[in-house]
Amino acid sequence: MNILELTALIWVGSFFAGFLGSLTGLGGGVVLVPLLTLVFGIDIRYAAGASLVSVIATSSGAASAYVKEGYTNIRVGMFLEIATTVGALIGAFLAATVSGNWIGIIFGIVLLYSGYISSKPRRVRLAPDKPDPLAVRLKMDSAYPTPEGQQPYHVHSVPLGFVLMLVAGSLSGLLGIGAGAFKVLAMDQVMRIPFKVSTTTSNFMIGVTAAASAGIYFNRGYIDPGLAMPVMLGVLLGSLLGARVLVVARSRVLRIIFAVVIAALGFEMIYSGLAGRF
Amino acid sequence: MRRATTSWSDQQVEEILGNLLRTGVVLAAIVVLVGGFIYLYRHGASAPNYGVFHGEPTGLRTVSGIVTEALSLRGRGLIQLGLILLIATPVARVAFSLFAFVRQKDYTYIAVTMFVLGLLIYSLTGGYL
Repeated sequence: MNILELTALIWVGSFFAGFLGSLTGLGGGVVLVPLLTLVFGIDIRYAAGASLVSVIATSSGAASAYVKEGYTNIRVGMFLEIATTVGALIGAFLAATVSGNWIGIIFGIVLLYSGYISSKPRRVRLAPDKPDPLAVRLKMDSAYPTPEGQQPYHVHSVPLGFVLMLVAGSLSGLLGIGAGAFKVLAMDQVMRIPFKVSTTTSNFMIGVTAAASAGIYFNRGYIDPGLAMPVMLGVLLGSLLGARVLVVARSRVLRIIFAVVIAALGFEMIYSGLAGRF
Repeated sequence: MRRATTSWSDQQVEEILGNLLRTGVVLAAIVVLVGGFIYLYRHGASAPNYGVFHGEPTGLRTVSGIVTEALSLRGRGLIQLGLILLIATPVARVAFSLFAFVRQKDYTYIAVTMFVLGLLIYSLTGGYL
């Protein structure tokens, strides 16, 4: 197989990864890195580098559509970015010292966990609730548009959310993924921010977090142009298309199927890591 | 009379940000695509070697090296330049938010945003400890 054929195959694979990632809201990275390493036999550091770049592309691409809807909470996003960018730098530095097999095992565990939380039904919250003093001081409380008009909401548990974001940022920098599932979990479940606001704010943060580790990745030589090119273009196109059909296709069945696929990939990554294949 | 221009609403800020992001991504994708065509035209028939990690050459790791490669219309240099443009879009978004917080005179968030921006610049300029 020559470079042209491999590039074409990687482009097609990345397109589907982006499409699925956007449909399920988990992002392209979680499918992409296992695909590149397990199927194409690419070194996990190159795979993470190419994935990280595509994460920025989808985040910025989707954000331009989201911001117009007025959901993103810029203050929450910016404040938590302190944690995610610091985490991203820690993760990117760790990526240089941790062996490829360990990265594979950690990736597998993250996949299993992502599959688990994406299959779990969301907890329904009882509105309205009391404001949190710290969140009020940080001017985080806001409102978001609903069919019944602007719906105000309060933000809670800022310190715990901050710590979880530090973890999400480190995973993003170490594995070359957006870690969107963790960010949404922290905002939606812990900080009790409305789900729509959590997903769009998470998307905003993913791009900035990935950019923080991308600089380190570049300087370490993890970003190979020949590989990043089809991955970035494929994921970008796939995710934009996925966002179009999102409204029609978001069903519980789809989420469960995806969770099973994610879990299978997770076991495969852990197994390959233990077997020393990375 | 100056009041209307000194304080932007969050909604206005977000709309400008949305356009900024889309322009950045489209521009980056075009540069990567052009670089990709040149790269595949010249190297498409060679054998790939991604199975073993060997790191990129210095010319493709630093901003100055990449710009030099891209200016001489090398495919890989152009792709890297497109990727740098892509990485610059979220950085520009943070920089723009800083500008907006300055106009709103929100000192807490000016400090928060400057910290994040500083970390991003640190990483992009080499990330030396």
